[in-house]
Amino acid sequence: MNAIEFRGVDFSYGGDFCIRGLNFSVGEGEFVAVLGHNGSGKSTLARLANGILRADAGEIRVFDTILDDKHLFDVRKQVGVVFQNPDNQTVASIVEDDVAFGAENVALPREEIGRRIEFALRAVGMEEARKSTVARLSGGQKQRVAIAGVLALKPRVMILDESTAMLDPRGRREIADVVLRLNKEEKITVVLITHFMEEALLADRAVVMNRGEIVMEGKPEEIFARSEELLTYNLALPRIGLIAKSLREGGMSVKDTLDIEKLADEIAEEIVCGS
Amino acid sequence: MKEVAFGQYYPVDSFVHRLDPRFKIVFLIGFIVAIFVASNFYGLAVCASVLIAAIAFSRVPFGKIVRAVRGVLFLVIFTALINILFHGGDTVYWSYGILCVSKEGILFSAYLVIRLVLLVVCSSLLTYTTTPVALTDGIESLLTPLKWIRFPVHALALVMSIALRMIPILMDETERIKNAQKARGADFESGNLFKRVKAFIPVLVPLLLSAFRRADELGDAMDARCYNGGHRTKYKKLRFSWRDLVGALLGAALITGVVLLRVYLGDIV
Repeated sequence: MNAIEFRGVDFSYGGDFCIRGLNFSVGEGEFVAVLGHNGSGKSTLARLANGILRADAGEIRVFDTILDDKHLFDVRKQVGVVFQNPDNQTVASIVEDDVAFGAENVALPREEIGRRIEFALRAVGMEEARKSTVARLSGGQKQRVAIAGVLALKPRVMILDESTAMLDPRGRREIADVVLRLNKEEKITVVLITHFMEEALLADRAVVMNRGEIVMEGKPEEIFARSEELLTYNLALPRIGLIAKSLREGGMSVKDTLDIEKLADEIAEEIVCGS
Repeated sequence: MKEVAFGQYYPVDSFVHRLDPRFKIVFLIGFIVAIFVASNFYGLAVCASVLIAAIAFSRVPFGKIVRAVRGVLFLVIFTALINILFHGGDTVYWSYGILCVSKEGILFSAYLVIRLVLLVVCSSLLTYTTTPVALTDGIESLLTPLKWIRFPVHALALVMSIALRMIPILMDETERIKNAQKARGADFESGNLFKRVKAFIPVLVPLLLSAFRRADELGDAMDARCYNGGHRTKYKKLRFSWRDLVGALLGAALITGVVLLRVYLGDIV
């Protein structure tokens, strides 16, 4: 069974089609990275998947439930979305009150909300901040609180819509760690929408979008091996890939790789053999 | 981040912090009534001592309280001056034209200043000791009877808590836009009042735009977390405790005391 399935989905914001005839699916427990430059339709994808936006045509299914008016809230409980700006998604000033918001919305009993807050904050490693003021946290911490707020609904799918775009490198690493752990340990299906190529390496599968269509798909390493093609969609290789490529162009016999350790080994070998 | 006195919770655990927010709101209203009922210094002294005791029990540092008063310092000084100069009275110390400094004027302005300071301090004590969520929960609970006339009490409470949450964010944003406009040569510090207000327009427009954008995103994020304005539960339930009973007795004693002082000791001037 697929966690999310788009079948021939069209969508426009009133003008040109933003998403056209999109077929896209995410398996249960899978970790998929969606790449694309600005305006490629990747954020629209996130908003369609939990019914914030409505498709003009086609069908969207979440765990075999068709996303329509009747099932809107069933779907939203299953699919959590974390957005870009942490400041624009927290409703309460205190961490635990904000995490409770979603659980309160689905009218859970009080004791259960307490348990959910504990679970969610532990999952993102923010237990100590339970009573803190959101405004005083760092960007990465705020975004982890936002993730906890979504987790409190115990979704089976989590979509991160450029959730690391506004963070510093440290914050980005924090989020990447949390997301990876949620996927591996809590078995939550993850769709990571990003334009940081490094993050895509964490995923089982990467999808490249351009002008509302999927143009590349495969394992992250396979996608990054096609660097010329990526460039035509205004995407650049992760830094390690770029280094490997330019080393090879400069005459070193290193293989294309995205693994920093592998590259280091190859360079070391090359130097030893060369001398 | 800039410190804002209003809506800034001071997180410690204290007797006052643990009081039920509904009780605190009602007590605040009662206290304000008492301040206005007090017609002489004895009444105000009673109010002040209750407030000082409350501050002591709240464990909010004195500096924080002073900061709250500093925010309205201009208003306090203005009130004092106007009343000293224009109140008039029998025991005149100095006069020039319509200006007249008298014993009664000085006493009356002292009376008004004390009132004003008490008002500001007691309201800020409420926001220092009550989280915005508790405050809005309290207001929501107190307004529950309005649900009978289909007034959207819950929505109002949510709007208030989001507004409180957004204050520091929008303050930061204002500062950022101001700096950006300064970098482009905007001048906020010189010129007359009119000019300065006009100089602020290039700050207000982007600020407003960004606030709308934020509101839009926040709406999406709330939708995504299953908000539909319908039936929901509350994680934090308000509960009266023995502390509230103690407070209520104290409040009742305060108002009775102030009324008695007014009746038996009369007006200040």
